Amino acid sequence: MRRPRYLLWLIIFLAISSLLIQLPLNNPFSNKFKFKKGLDLEGGTSITLLADMKDIPPDQRDNALESAKFVIERRINIFGVSEPLVQTAKAQDYRVIVELPGVPLNQALGLVGRTAKLEFREVVQATTSAFIPYENTNPTGLTGADLKDASPSFDSSTGKPVVSFRVADKSQDQFANVTQSLIGKPMVIYLDQQFISAPVVQSSIRDSGQITGNFTQEGTKQLADYLNAGALPIPFSILSSREVGPSLGQISLQKSLFAGGIGFIIVVLFMIFNYGKLGGIASLALTLYVLLVLSIFKLSSASPYGITLTLSGIAGFILSIGMAVDANILIFERMKEEERQGRGKENAIELGFSRAFPSIRDSNISSIITSAVLYEFGTGPVKGFALVLAIGVLVSMFSAIVVTRTLLRFIYR
Amino acid sequence: MNIIQKRNWYFALSLLVIVPGLITLFLWGLNLSIDFVPGSKITFSSNGRIEQKQMTEIKNIFSLEKVKVYNIQPSEKSVSFSTQVIDQKKNEAIVNRANNLNVREEEFATVGPTIGKETTINALKALTLASILIVIYITWSFRSVPKPASSLRFGICAIIALVHDVLVVVGSFSILGHFFGVQIDSLFVTALLTIIGFSVHDTIVVFDRIRENLLRMGAGNFENVVNESINQTLVRSLNTSLTVIMVLVALLLFGGESIRWFVVALLIGVTSGTYSSIFNASPLLVVWQNLRSKR
Repeated sequence: MRRPRYLLWLIIFLAISSLLIQLPLNNPFSNKFKFKKGLDLEGGTSITLLADMKDIPPDQRDNALESAKFVIERRINIFGVSEPLVQTAKAQDYRVIVELPGVPLNQALGLVGRTAKLEFREVVQATTSAFIPYENTNPTGLTGADLKDASPSFDSSTGKPVVSFRVADKSQDQFANVTQSLIGKPMVIYLDQQFISAPVVQSSIRDSGQITGNFTQEGTKQLADYLNAGALPIPFSILSSREVGPSLGQISLQKSLFAGGIGFIIVVLFMIFNYGKLGGIASLALTLYVLLVLSIFKLSSASPYGITLTLSGIAGFILSIGMAVDANILIFERMKEEERQGRGKENAIELGFSRAFPSIRDSNISSIITSAVLYEFGTGPVKGFALVLAIGVLVSMFSAIVVTRTLLRFIYR
Repeated sequence: MNIIQKRNWYFALSLLVIVPGLITLFLWGLNLSIDFVPGSKITFSSNGRIEQKQMTEIKNIFSLEKVKVYNIQPSEKSVSFSTQVIDQKKNEAIVNRANNLNVREEEFATVGPTIGKETTINALKALTLASILIVIYITWSFRSVPKPASSLRFGICAIIALVHDVLVVVGSFSILGHFFGVQIDSLFVTALLTIIGFSVHDTIVVFDRIRENLLRMGAGNFENVVNESINQTLVRSLNTSLTVIMVLVALLLFGGESIRWFVVALLIGVTSGTYSSIFNASPLLVVWQNLRSKR
């Protein structure tokens, strides 16, 4: 019988590292990785906004949506929300989905519900700071509405990153007049009365111009987004909103975890009662399963594909504890059967694994199929649940087959 | 145990469970939450149990504010009201009045018409697509079964068992919805899809044994092979379901109110899934086979 020793070492390694990640001790691992909790656990507001694109030319709509998203993100950052989520969705219509943990609905609406207001103003009272306060300026009469669009580009002679913009047809006379009067002086750009930039006017601008400066490419993209947010303002309507109080999630989380613990203990007792020593080994594998899945949750939060834990996701995880031993049950029953037919212990173990495998494979693949479909069509919490279920299925195949078999081989050699 | 011989009894028992649900489904439909139909949902919670008197007073607030209430779902320390679409101002007015009643707002959600329609379409798409993919997979995976058995029949019988489980759960929730105000939300769809996965999971354990026995014993006495296979796998089918049912019961008893009905749906589905894979899916294979050989 082949006894791959490296598997045993792999299992020990996984057990120790997942313990390090999970244990509430002060070690660099458990401090670094935290669970990412969804709104239903953390409390907060989620709003889905529908962009009204009827005044935006079709070829500019993607740009306009990105700028609007950018402006909303900016407002949220100024407000100081930890771990906000702002994403756009394009299907038959254009949407922005905003999730703000710990922010009540009325405040959230104030942050995201407004349309961006871009203004060009002139300085009336000089300051020494780089940021020119709104109060120190007067309106020039020009606003974002006087721009057609803006885009990041490069200066044709110097090759440095610049922002190019075009003036709306109806505003060209006014734009030329204002810039003529401001030559040599700054024209200050404000978004929602917040200082953005103060380029110095070099010449009169009629139909198009560019803003130069010490920009990085990232910087020109940002500035172009601000200008576009003013040039292509999108009114939003609210498709759905949801506010969850902070205590509800906390209580539900504690209760679910408690229930999960009880469920775990019952499953362990059931396995030991039914399958004796084998059940004990399956319980070890199940413990490793729980540790591994929790570690994947934590580790993923450090990656861009972070798994957000929701209440239904946790329910899915607890459910998966009951399902993770399924493969073990199938294998152990098969072993019993082989032993009844007069095969020796070691032989029965090997046959139990190899003969139970097709049913384990087929049933787990059907579970993967449903989780993939759930993930594809689900939204928010449903997606989270599907991901948890799929991870559970994959890890449980590892724990129930590889881990159990390696431990058994180690014991019965 | 001769399950195949008594198959008509088992089919009858399934019908006995499914038919009442279908009747309420036909009469009253499903009690849909704002995930599917436009509206608002406000959940109030209290530190202690919410008394009947408190409940009436909360109800009064809604009529004072001229807000139509479609559904009330009470649990121990909280109560959810589903209403027509209301905006933030209206919500604040309601909350202000409710503050005097010693309850606080835990949750406020509003969903417009677009989202609900999308959720419904996506749910139906997901259920159909998952079923189709599973038939395809089973048909492929069981391609080696000897004639006259056919792998496509395995796939379709697994799906019939799956539809059985979906009907049991949907029917139960139609009854629960009409008489107890239990609503169907997007979590319910999640539960349904999980049940689908589980139902097939369980059916495959029996089917796999039939496949193995067919290869060994041949398909000559199909009825016998199937009955033999069910009996050989009975204990493990029950045990695998039991572990799942045990954790679900733990979740039901100890795990908070927000996921209670989600867990109930799973519990009904898993129980039905275990039953259908033993008493429906495999006997159906036999019925089908007999029909074919009679012709």
